Amino acid sequence: MSINWYKYAAPSSFYFLAGKLIPFFTVLAVILLVAGLYIGFFVAPTDFQQGEAYRIIFIHVPAAWMSMFLYVVMAFWAGIGLAFNTRLSSMFATAIAPTGALFTFIALWTGAWWGKPMWGTWWVWDARLTSELILLFLYIGFMSLQAAIDDPRRADKAGAVIALVGVVNIPIIYFSVQWWNTLHQGASVSVMQSPKMATAMLVGMLVMVLAAWMYSIALILLRARNIILERESHTSWVAELKETTR
Amino acid sequence: MLAMRRQADVLITLFFFIIVVSLFPLGVGPEMNILRAIAPGVLWVAALLASMLSLGRLFSIDYMDGTLEQLLISPSPLFLLVLGKMVSHWLVSGLPLVLMAPILGIQYDLSMEALSVLTLSLLIGTPILSLIGAIGAALTLGVRGGGVLVSLLVLPLYIPILIFGAGAVEASAAGLGYDAHFSLLGAFLLVSLVFAPWAAAASLRISME
Amino acid sequence: MIWNSWSDFFNMGGYGLYVWGSYLVTFMCVIGEILIAKRRARTLRQQLSLTKESILRERKDEATS
Repeated sequence: MSINWYKYAAPSSFYFLAGKLIPFFTVLAVILLVAGLYIGFFVAPTDFQQGEAYRIIFIHVPAAWMSMFLYVVMAFWAGIGLAFNTRLSSMFATAIAPTGALFTFIALWTGAWWGKPMWGTWWVWDARLTSELILLFLYIGFMSLQAAIDDPRRADKAGAVIALVGVVNIPIIYFSVQWWNTLHQGASVSVMQSPKMATAMLVGMLVMVLAAWMYSIALILLRARNIILERESHTSWVAELKETTR
Repeated sequence: MLAMRRQADVLITLFFFIIVVSLFPLGVGPEMNILRAIAPGVLWVAALLASMLSLGRLFSIDYMDGTLEQLLISPSPLFLLVLGKMVSHWLVSGLPLVLMAPILGIQYDLSMEALSVLTLSLLIGTPILSLIGAIGAALTLGVRGGGVLVSLLVLPLYIPILIFGAGAVEASAAGLGYDAHFSLLGAFLLVSLVFAPWAAAASLRISME
Repeated sequence: MIWNSWSDFFNMGGYGLYVWGSYLVTFMCVIGEILIAKRRARTLRQQLSLTKESILRERKDEATS
């Protein structure tokens, strides 16, 4: 099967392709979510160290992974958009940012609600938590910069620069925060590295990661469609859209 | 005219720095042990904020009177022009802080060695602030709410410099070695010296399209 | 079976508040995000059909005049 990629690189064709793909990814996400929650709550055994509180892992870890992964993907598309002047990739980057920021927030929130019963405190200035917080700041910076610029092309490019600067800085920030943490001998959090994780726990977590991934794709496609409509509202192909088109 | 504006900028930045640093004892209390412990962090955070304060004016004056457009079409490479802007920003808003910091450090009862480490760390660190900050200033040129936006964009990127700058002072106060901090700060300076003018020049072109 | 009863399930071995606090907020966030994106899509489509009508009307006006 050969796909004409250039055809789908045009916002108009992508709009229809995305419309066809969204239900597919939505169904996948729902199936994976139900399966993941079932495994997480009814198959995975009680952790002998943490009791039932560890079940937060099934949303915490997927959210944390997606938050970092989405930032890299966002910077990648923004960079492609900047380098090759392709509108669609920049729109994609803009569509990814809110979902990434949401997952960052969820990772922080669930981390706090997991930390309270486990370490006795809502917040620890641990390297991972601090980096996640800074990641949230980076997402917010990207989104507010794009929101503040009226001209969409300039917003795309300016956002791309700040996303790329951010992606270069993330490893530096992470390692400096880690160093800062060891230097101050802060609370060393080793709950995550429990000696052995039951297979059901691991499977449940991975299924939830896949669910979060599919959900992100569905939602990003939905948002990308919105952005395409917004920006291309003056073009003839949008005018030719039937009113019933979803 | 330009010199007078520069003078005003220097004074504003400097007084902002002094006021922020002097506010902390009033908020925290005059306990010298506590003040000595928080001094490196307070001085460094105040330096970050003070250096950021004047970022908005880095390109905007040239932008408004049209000089920036001429600079963009001039034959000399934009990279060097932007680098010149960054250097002048540091001379106006970085160097005065470096010179002022030891005096403010005395208020916090820092030892002589800690004071010299503080000054040296600021000397290496504040140019990085101007270099990275210029990217943010170039991106937000002519954007509504630009001043607040710059802080959102730039402050997260300043974090490694804050950590190692304040860390060096803390390490010296604790009697530990601080060579590693200085070599890392120096590495940051070299890397940002290479990449930041280039990124800021690209950002300027984007903003001026 | 891990849970003996529903109340056992909701209690989560004493950690009910933390587990459900995490899950509840997560699902509220996710549902909120979906609703916002969906509503945006709906309003955009409504706006566009309006502009489409106006385009058609303009064309008609040109044809009749």
